[in-house]
Amino acid sequence: MVKFSEDKLKEVQSMIDRYPEGKQKSALIPLLHLAQEEFGGWLSAETMDYVGSLLGIEPIEVYEVATFYSMYNLQPVGKHVFEVCHTGPCMLKGSDDIIGYIKSTLGIKVGETTADGMFTLKTVECLGACGYAPMMQMGIDYREHLTETKVDEIIAACRNKQ
Amino acid sequence: MAEAVKTVKVTIDNITVDVPVGTTILQAARMIGGDVVPPAMCYYSKLQGSGGKCRTCLVEVSKGSEADPRPMPKLVASCRTGVMDGMEVKNMTSPKVEDARNGVVEFLLLNHPLDCPVCDQAGECHLQDLGYQHGKQGTRYEFKRRTFEKHDLGPYIQLHMTRCILCYRCVFTADQLTDKRSHGILSRGDHAEIATYIEKSLDNNFIGNVIDVCPVGALTDKTFRFKNRVWFTKPVNAHRECKCCSGKVTLWQRGEEVLRVTARKDQWGEVEEWICNECRFEKKKTTDWTIEGPTHVSRHSVISQGHYENTIKPKETFTAVHGGRNPQLLMDIHSVSEVNDPSIDLSQINGPATSDVYNHSTKQA
Amino acid sequence: MATKLLLAKAHVEGIRHFEVYRREGGYAAVEKALKMEPAAIVEEVKKSGLRGRGGAGFPAGMKWSFLAKPEGVPRYLVCNADESEPGTFKDRYLMEFLPHLLIEGLVVSSFALGSNRTYIYIRGEYAWIVGILEQAIAEAKQNGFLGKNILGSGFDCEIYVQRGAGAYICGEETALIESLEGKRGNPRIKPPFPAIKGLWDCPTVVNNVETLAAVVPIMNMGGEEYAKIGVGRSTGTKLISACGNINKPGVYEIDMTISVEEFIYSDEYCGGIANGKKLKACIPGGSSVPILPANLLLTTAKGEPRLMNYESLADGGFATGSMLGSGGFIVLDEDQCIVKNTLTLARFYRHESCGQCSPCREGTGWMEKILGKIESGKGAISDIDLLWDIQRKIEGNTICPLGDAAAWPVAAAIRHFRDEFEWHVNNPELCQTQNFGLAHYADPIHVPA
Repeated sequence: MVKFSEDKLKEVQSMIDRYPEGKQKSALIPLLHLAQEEFGGWLSAETMDYVGSLLGIEPIEVYEVATFYSMYNLQPVGKHVFEVCHTGPCMLKGSDDIIGYIKSTLGIKVGETTADGMFTLKTVECLGACGYAPMMQMGIDYREHLTETKVDEIIAACRNKQ
Repeated sequence: MAEAVKTVKVTIDNITVDVPVGTTILQAARMIGGDVVPPAMCYYSKLQGSGGKCRTCLVEVSKGSEADPRPMPKLVASCRTGVMDGMEVKNMTSPKVEDARNGVVEFLLLNHPLDCPVCDQAGECHLQDLGYQHGKQGTRYEFKRRTFEKHDLGPYIQLHMTRCILCYRCVFTADQLTDKRSHGILSRGDHAEIATYIEKSLDNNFIGNVIDVCPVGALTDKTFRFKNRVWFTKPVNAHRECKCCSGKVTLWQRGEEVLRVTARKDQWGEVEEWICNECRFEKKKTTDWTIEGPTHVSRHSVISQGHYENTIKPKETFTAVHGGRNPQLLMDIHSVSEVNDPSIDLSQINGPATSDVYNHSTKQA
Repeated sequence: MATKLLLAKAHVEGIRHFEVYRREGGYAAVEKALKMEPAAIVEEVKKSGLRGRGGAGFPAGMKWSFLAKPEGVPRYLVCNADESEPGTFKDRYLMEFLPHLLIEGLVVSSFALGSNRTYIYIRGEYAWIVGILEQAIAEAKQNGFLGKNILGSGFDCEIYVQRGAGAYICGEETALIESLEGKRGNPRIKPPFPAIKGLWDCPTVVNNVETLAAVVPIMNMGGEEYAKIGVGRSTGTKLISACGNINKPGVYEIDMTISVEEFIYSDEYCGGIANGKKLKACIPGGSSVPILPANLLLTTAKGEPRLMNYESLADGGFATGSMLGSGGFIVLDEDQCIVKNTLTLARFYRHESCGQCSPCREGTGWMEKILGKIESGKGAISDIDLLWDIQRKIEGNTICPLGDAAAWPVAAAIRHFRDEFEWHVNNPELCQTQNFGLAHYADPIHVPA
């Protein structure tokens, strides 16, 4: 059963309060972020229906939005998601090599999750860190100036955290 | 004029017309009629907020208005641009428009499956018409066309996403006609699609209207699926007492059989009055309806073939037209073929001729 | 040393916090502005000649003066922090290091425009900056510079941070508004413009982060003084985010009188091309503006040195010039492949197309596929002409500028580097292992040691 805790429900209310009365639909995008964080890193249909019910909107309005934005995961993902940028400026600085290195190190293709459910590799389009390329996003953090050594360190740190 | 309506002058392809303030270029063109009317694939006058997306109705504004005569820098969507007093618009007289529209038609057809031979919309498809009018004979696209996972929308509505041009009309219809929308546009960009996300049938009593507003064969009537080609059916206007809707419909008949029920459409292909699902899907017997008479079909439409509206036998005979001269037959077909046997009166055959009818008549004869 | 109006205090320790920012002279603009008539502030911004720093370069004061003011209807100011144009990361820098500068600019601008509820729409990926901004907002509120009855003036203003969720298109102002309303980021069909019908159908002004931050120095020094900095219609200072194959990537504040050559080669800025390589090409204003080969980048077609400002970078139109755009300055060295670079940008625009209008939805994917074909050595010469024709049919025919943004990089790459495209077609195997290198016209200019 998908349900926010009392504390989180207070947070939800404060999100809704940012908008004039009757405009609570505006809270949909922040609310989906919160739901994704809370309910396993992805948005199931059940989660989305729950979010819709909190805002008093139809489920389809939630699906339309959730499928539009690239940060929402509509399928389960690994514990750590590597989102490596491969747009022009990062490409100029060797992002293809970094992606290749992560693929071979983790033994997965882009879009896949390791068998142990630890890592998911995704490629993403420009994240606004062009001067610090190559880079990737991990959760809310950016990892910049990536090298093979740095990737090794990140992977090791993730494994140790477990 | 009963009350003073403020009007403005607008000139489209050198034809000037007075229109009420707030009229769009497209509406003004429709008031003039004929060839100056830009084609519209997504705009629908009865659906608020529609239009602007497909870009087929782009026109050139060569003069903004009397007050500001500067031309508009880009082509504009005529369906969403209001006229100004003294505005001058070029549609078919603008090479720029023709070029852009050719491009738009190519884009719309780029990933279209061109499965007209098996598409129920064929014959009344706006994309087909547009393709004939502006399209080229071949495609320059050499890659695999886009496909989608199939979704079932329930017993009444058949969805073929590959044919969809994302006009959004069905979304507006569900928003504006029903109390609860359960389908929408999912994903974005070139893989955006019409879907419900979780398998769900569309069952609102007015949802059937999405079939009528769909300009292509993306949403078709499941109860009519593969039953017949529209140009073999005969549209007649009919009505019945209905508690939910006006009950004014078009029946598409083959002989006495009602194959399909749709709303009545105007000359722009737009629904005149919305109808309910009961009228559309459940009333398939002639006895359910009071027949008014044949539906007017544009003579340019393929549906007009085999469709006899207001048939009047010509008074003049062939000989009279030719000033008393009898045509000289180079070859008498009957002497070389049995197919057009003069003993069979084709006008006696009920409905369009088929081999069954023919064989039956020949045997009798 | 160049004039620094925005980043002068960026390296002061603790400048992220209110006390330090205030001690360094922060919030003086709010104190000054609240004693003025809102219309007078708009006048100052008009006088300053400040142009929108998001990319289009539309005069900010003029945009403000278009804002409708119907009786009894709220007006909104929305700060566009959806920085997503490849090559651009200046707003991120500004928000990360100088959050109070933005908040100060927002308070002044909100007062000028009559917005009691102001939103910062920030791209979803800049998640950690949300916390920085919210901290700054809380501090400003505690100190009376935000909230109810600011400094006893009777003016109320709340600022909220709204996170996006991954969509370049939400940088387009009407798509941003749709997104802020909790919908898909589909750009609206204009007119009506946001100044008449924007957020929740109310009059709205949407301005870029840097634009709103620049209101602070304009307030402090006066519009006329601000206009004296720079040259012609390029007044004030501009943040440039430099990236690609240079020695010192980063965010630089320039006054718009320096030359492109100085910007690339001076140690004060990019510090030259990395690894001793030669300059091949540059996209000077974010990925959507036309790419220029070295010779046309450093000098205009007339042979004059090109300067880092709106007019000079656009000199020659699209035939031989480009645009200042958002200030995302992407440098390509001699080892870079123009076809590959154009392909990644085409892929970007295909990925980011909202899918509403047909030329963009269908055309961007088609261009990507053809570029992929050429890049992998499977292309034909006719593909290059086809690409040209497709971009031509997208440009100007779409609902929003994303169509143009997708078309321009392809057009410019073919316009200036057609020989490299043809080389790919004619050397299908070689092009998989080797780069075309410098074009014969590239880097004809003396490179300072």
